Amino acid sequence: MTRTVLPFGPQHPVLPEPLHLTLTIEDEIVKEAIPKLGYVHRGLEKLAEIRDHTQMIQIVERVCGICSTLHAMCYCQGIEALMNVEVPSRAKYLRVVWAEMHRIHSHLLWLGLFADAFGFESLFMQFWRIRERIMDLQEATSGNRVIVSVNVVGGVKRDINKETEKWILETLDKVAREVNQLKTTILDDFTVKQRTVGIGILSKEKAYELGAAGPTLRASGIAQDMRQTGYAAYPELDFSPVIETNGDSYARTVCRFNEIFQAIDLIRQAFAKMPEGELAVKPKGLPKGEVVSRVEQPRGEVLYYLKADGTKFLDRLRIRTPTFANIPPLLDMLPGCDLADVPILILTIDPCISCTER
Amino acid sequence: MFMTKTVLKNLLTKYATRLYPFQTRETFKDVKGELKIEIDKCVFCGVCKMRCPSQCIGVDKKGRSWEVDPFACVYCGICVDACPVKCLYQEGMYKAPVAEKHMVFHAQEEKADAPT
Repeated sequence: MTRTVLPFGPQHPVLPEPLHLTLTIEDEIVKEAIPKLGYVHRGLEKLAEIRDHTQMIQIVERVCGICSTLHAMCYCQGIEALMNVEVPSRAKYLRVVWAEMHRIHSHLLWLGLFADAFGFESLFMQFWRIRERIMDLQEATSGNRVIVSVNVVGGVKRDINKETEKWILETLDKVAREVNQLKTTILDDFTVKQRTVGIGILSKEKAYELGAAGPTLRASGIAQDMRQTGYAAYPELDFSPVIETNGDSYARTVCRFNEIFQAIDLIRQAFAKMPEGELAVKPKGLPKGEVVSRVEQPRGEVLYYLKADGTKFLDRLRIRTPTFANIPPLLDMLPGCDLADVPILILTIDPCISCTER
Repeated sequence: MFMTKTVLKNLLTKYATRLYPFQTRETFKDVKGELKIEIDKCVFCGVCKMRCPSQCIGVDKKGRSWEVDPFACVYCGICVDACPVKCLYQEGMYKAPVAEKHMVFHAQEEKADAPT
């Protein structure tokens, strides 16, 4: 059998962002995949040298549109650790609310894109219609639809009053109901199962060995969630990681689907336990030392390494995003699958290329 | 088959989208939209220029003028929070698209009774 080398991407209908894979195929079966990254590198880490540490909050928010507030939260937590700032309790709970809103809209976006990838366009529109409700919540509470810019060093900038809280909870009830109505369509449909069940299996051992993160890891049966490390108000909230054990495309879909309900529950808990109080404390001095800050994003664990030397500018900023961790598991899943399944497998790791290349 | 109920419901309910631009939604309160200035209040201290992460603001203290590149502005609102005299504000709507890029320039008129 002759081998054919097929370039996949960087421009491909299923990819919103440029990722190139050189696929070696044999009779429509993928034998080898070699990735090529670097099409959207922006040099954000280098910017830390010419923008001061407070301006960097706005810059790290733009690493990724989908998880903007989580990037800022991770960065602010790092700087707070360097400056020994204790964040007020209310701010911690508000951070959880915005972070979980991000998780819901990211997972709904992904479910829509995933449905679109296997040709189920009407389901894609259903998910995105529900997502609009969350986008409205974000716009009303933070002032921006996508880049939710609420984090500052020492707390948050905006408050959520009782009236808005009631509206948010009502909207979340609607979202939960509407998402639940689509449950049978995305999880029990014959066509969907044909395209996902048993395809792209990532075993528990391989997932651990290759350093998978987020739902990709949890769908392989490893209960690891950075929220368990206890940042923000998560130690006071009751939750356990959503896990699936099969490790195939279907398991990853179920995992993300169930995480939407978990996120809704976490927002409800956060509002129920949220204390009154101030929103932010003013930090004194300048950051000095080095720290690693970790946060669970919708796609997995994000890691910030910050090194400061006591000046306004950071010495070094290093960002490791979840998609970067999920590329080796993707390369493990691809060999042996049909060429027609490649787009779906790429989507199941929820790739965010601009995150990866920063 | 599972979608039949949803499809029927969709047929009987109104559109989920709006006929933009003929039909628009009212903006939410405190939405970060286009950056504006009340130039008469401005003291040209330059704090907004220093704080801006995208460096889109220019302040000329001698010429008593203020300018912004609305196409470089990222609508973060840092300048609005930082302004000591609160002369900056953000309107609830984003800037409408235009065919050519330009700077927005404001200069303070010299007051008639100002000492020369």
